[in-house]
Amino acid sequence: MSERSELTGGQSFLELKDLRIHFPTDDGVVKSVDGLSFGLERGKTLGIVGESGSGKSVTSLGVLGLHKGTRAKISGEIWLDGEELVSATPEHVRALRGKKMAMIFQDPLSAMHPYYTVGAQIIEAYRIHHKVTKAVARKHAIDMLGRVGIPQPDRRVDSYPHEFSGGMRQRAMIAMALSCDPELLIADEPTTALDVTVQAQILDLMRDLQEEFNSALIIITHDLGVVAELADDILVMYGGKCIEYGSAEDIFERPEHPYSWGLLGSMPRLDRERTERLMPIKGTPPSLINVPDGCAFHPRCAFEGRTEGRARTQVPELLETEGGHLVRCHMTREERRGIWENEIKPNLESA
Amino acid sequence: MVTYIIRRLIWGVFMLAIVSVITFAIFFLVPRLAGATSESLATRYVGRTASAEQVKIAAEKLGFNDPLVVQYGRFAKGIVAGADYDYGPGVERCPAPCFGYSFLTRLPVWPDLLNRLPVTISLALGAAVIWLVAGVATGVVSALRRGSFFDRAAMSIALAGVSLPIFFTGIVSLVVFSYGRPLAFAAPGGSFTPFFDNPAMWAYSLILPWITLAFLYAAGYARLTRSGMLETMNEDYIRTARAKGLTERVVVFKHGLRGALTPILTIFGLDLGLLMGGAVLTESTFSLPGIGKYAIDAIVNQDLPKVMGVTLVAAFFVVVANLVVDLLYAVVDPRVRLT
Repeated sequence: MSERSELTGGQSFLELKDLRIHFPTDDGVVKSVDGLSFGLERGKTLGIVGESGSGKSVTSLGVLGLHKGTRAKISGEIWLDGEELVSATPEHVRALRGKKMAMIFQDPLSAMHPYYTVGAQIIEAYRIHHKVTKAVARKHAIDMLGRVGIPQPDRRVDSYPHEFSGGMRQRAMIAMALSCDPELLIADEPTTALDVTVQAQILDLMRDLQEEFNSALIIITHDLGVVAELADDILVMYGGKCIEYGSAEDIFERPEHPYSWGLLGSMPRLDRERTERLMPIKGTPPSLINVPDGCAFHPRCAFEGRTEGRARTQVPELLETEGGHLVRCHMTREERRGIWENEIKPNLESA
Repeated sequence: MVTYIIRRLIWGVFMLAIVSVITFAIFFLVPRLAGATSESLATRYVGRTASAEQVKIAAEKLGFNDPLVVQYGRFAKGIVAGADYDYGPGVERCPAPCFGYSFLTRLPVWPDLLNRLPVTISLALGAAVIWLVAGVATGVVSALRRGSFFDRAAMSIALAGVSLPIFFTGIVSLVVFSYGRPLAFAAPGGSFTPFFDNPAMWAYSLILPWITLAFLYAAGYARLTRSGMLETMNEDYIRTARAKGLTERVVVFKHGLRGALTPILTIFGLDLGLLMGGAVLTESTFSLPGIGKYAIDAIVNQDLPKVMGVTLVAAFFVVVANLVVDLLYAVVDPRVRLT
């Protein structure tokens, strides 16, 4: 437990403590994020993994304070560099947004304004936080476009988003996000809308830029391949909760949650025999209004029968299994490790 | 771009030619289908008191016995190059664009229209400014506070605005705000001062017609803006704008409204073009000597050359407005390629 208390001890650059983001609707309360805690240091990368609707994106928008002033009910704490943001005024968080923390969105075509040039949008982002002339900001925009690998940046600065290719647009988006040297960068599915060949380039670019800027990076994705490339730590979300947290090595080499096994089994791999089927997770993600009783994953869990019915009634705690590796599961550590070693891993690796 | 403009210009001229054919057909072909003869058509030009012999001569001189194509050719030529009318005692020159002479006043139609154009343009432009500002502002606030009291009240008033006819709202406004009532701040109907004579009096004489006309249009613009804003404020690029740390005011106006403005500008251009051809009801209600009033008077008096002139001028404005809107599209939305 020492590792965990250190994680939540208010020391990290970014620290979430029991963050809850609930949306009241006519049909009930949508518990998009339900008690999420983690920490992240400068220069480190956290991958948040989960299916659609697991609360990943809501979390990132919550960190940026974009739920403030909406119907969302937010509780818990978000500490950024010693400042608590949940209780801060919307105006204060707005001033931090774009400067101290910035975000890269999934689909750069819809995330950029179609009526303004790429340059104008970067210039705008820069000038909110820096009192400089347009000419200076424009020079900075051209500089940023060059740094993210856009050829002829002095000409492309005057192009509109629709005149860029998908990969170039995402580079421009990254340039916009990085224009104010943010210390925290959140990338929400940064490569999902891109061609596979371009995905790798963008991931490379993000890794290089993170090293250069020494920022804390959160990558939100459903693609384990992406986090395998970049992440130091991985947080697996399910039904608004963290169900497994650990180093990338923990999650890929010795995952202990049945859902994580399912994610790994759903990953197409070239080194697997063609005759082998993928091992998809059965069923669909849970409704966030009527989260299943007990363990939210139990209706889809192949090992639910091994918990003597506890999975149906009790919500499992997020407990440390070893060295900062946290798992939310009713099965004992030995049971889980046994299943992984004997039943799951051989299947994944059979080739 | 240039080829596009040229093509659109040619298309516009073509449209006007078609309009002129249709107008010609309505005024010269349809009466014949209904049984009119060359003589009965000519009667309207020489008056009912003329003898049968005189009418026959007039019909011949006016060319009503020529083939229709020749007649249309003369009609079109008059508009483009002017025409000479041979009245017997002398030849009168009707300069281009010649829409003929009024039956009633014996004056050419075009100078009349030209005189009345400033009134109609003043009315249309003034009202347009009011409805654009009021309608868009109301729509933005309604969209941002969807479901609030303001939203519901504004949308109810907007419904009233589009539903109530001008001759009702206009007269109510006259009764309440003019004729020496306690709330009077505006001139009674029937007065018009040209802008260049006295701008203050110009505005004073037009304020009620502006408001009345703007009320009708503002309602539609408020609804259009509201639905457009509700859509754009949900776009991803609004989230991006917020994520950049922009203040909400900049997010709403620079990013949200900018995205919602394209359809509004389109409709605005077309509405304005339509109104340039005369705001018939408003001008009648307030007795403003504009093109709309001119048209109504002409129709009541069966003064066909005037009606024809108004029809063609109004059509001209609509065609021009369409052209301008098409070109503006490329300006407001950079994604539009003009080819």
